[in-house]
Amino acid sequence: MIRAGIIGGSGYTGGELLRLLLAHPQVEVAQVTSRSHLGEYVYQVHPNLRKQTQLKFIDPEQVTPVDVLFLALPHGQAQHKIDHYASLAERIVDLSADFRLRSPEAYRRWYGSEHAAPAWLGRFVYGLPELHRVELRSARYVSGVGCNATASNLALLPLVQAGLLDESAQVVIEIKVGSSESGAEGNPGSHHPERSGVIRTFSAFGHRHTAEVIQEMGLHNVLLTMTSVDLVRGALATVHATLKPGVALKDLWKAYRAAASENPFLRVVREQRGIYRVPEPKILAGSNYADLGFDLDEASRHVVSICAIDNLMKGASGSAVQCMNLMLGLDETLGLEFPGLHPI
Amino acid sequence: MNTAVCPECEAEVVLEAGTEVGEIIVCGDCGVDLEVISLDPPEVALAPMEEEDWGE
Repeated sequence: MIRAGIIGGSGYTGGELLRLLLAHPQVEVAQVTSRSHLGEYVYQVHPNLRKQTQLKFIDPEQVTPVDVLFLALPHGQAQHKIDHYASLAERIVDLSADFRLRSPEAYRRWYGSEHAAPAWLGRFVYGLPELHRVELRSARYVSGVGCNATASNLALLPLVQAGLLDESAQVVIEIKVGSSESGAEGNPGSHHPERSGVIRTFSAFGHRHTAEVIQEMGLHNVLLTMTSVDLVRGALATVHATLKPGVALKDLWKAYRAAASENPFLRVVREQRGIYRVPEPKILAGSNYADLGFDLDEASRHVVSICAIDNLMKGASGSAVQCMNLMLGLDETLGLEFPGLHPI
Repeated sequence: MNTAVCPECEAEVVLEAGTEVGEIIVCGDCGVDLEVISLDPPEVALAPMEEEDWGE
């Protein structure tokens, strides 16, 4: 069995990692840390894990070497102790934003401070298997992914991969997100009377995840707008872009079909009947699938590309486990087979 | 195995043994209804589908 450790296991992505790894046929969760819940049983923080484990949260200083170490700390923390973490495990998956961007300049621009370990940025592979599967198979250090960035990147992937986009035209991405995206710590905006029932655009421009779309898609003329909606889990990215002249709907079918056939967790949803005709996050809760849809106004060359995910799964912990599978030479779908619920 | 090409999305559509001309089948990729218009060569055409407007 592969021994895994989780640093910072009391948050939502840590809880999701635990849920996935405790059921993983090749992994044993050896230790999980939390300073704020030191000594408590894991199920006292993550109630869905009662009877799944008797693990207790330990102090980060008590962690002993493991085969793979997941870092699920708040953004900005892992970079200060990355040398120490690297001494504890040959392979690291960091779910925070600390090692997603390749250049210190980009990190400074989007995160507003100097990176504490810039030499490490180039050692990490961006942790989205749909973009970096080959590199991940030999990687020792893998970054997490932004959930909004993941929905955006996967919505763009078939178009970029097939070279269909007119890159001189602006790409606008409207993203609707659930409340779990903001983490387990509360704030005035997440207080129930203020958060319940909202459709609240909280970032018109300049969201940090934009940097991951620019970096990974190689697009520069791209804007992300974020809107909170009344969901706990889920993110839906709707891309508006322009295609090169002459691209027809059948070309889009080819591009999306190719992306779905090359990636086990990508599915095309463009149904002609029934209720679920386009991608919707609702039925993806707890699953690692990303559902893709599209439409085209051939006269204006305006394409709409849609991607729905569970932000805690494909947008965080699910992709992290998929990356671990690839790093360890396992089937990348191992432990991630849950197909979601319907109705939910 | 007889296969036709979906006129909507260009997916391969399998015409199973016993399929008859005039039969309505569904494209497994894009979900449109297809009418089998020929068996030799295998050929299908878009069949009318009921439109629904969810915005009303």
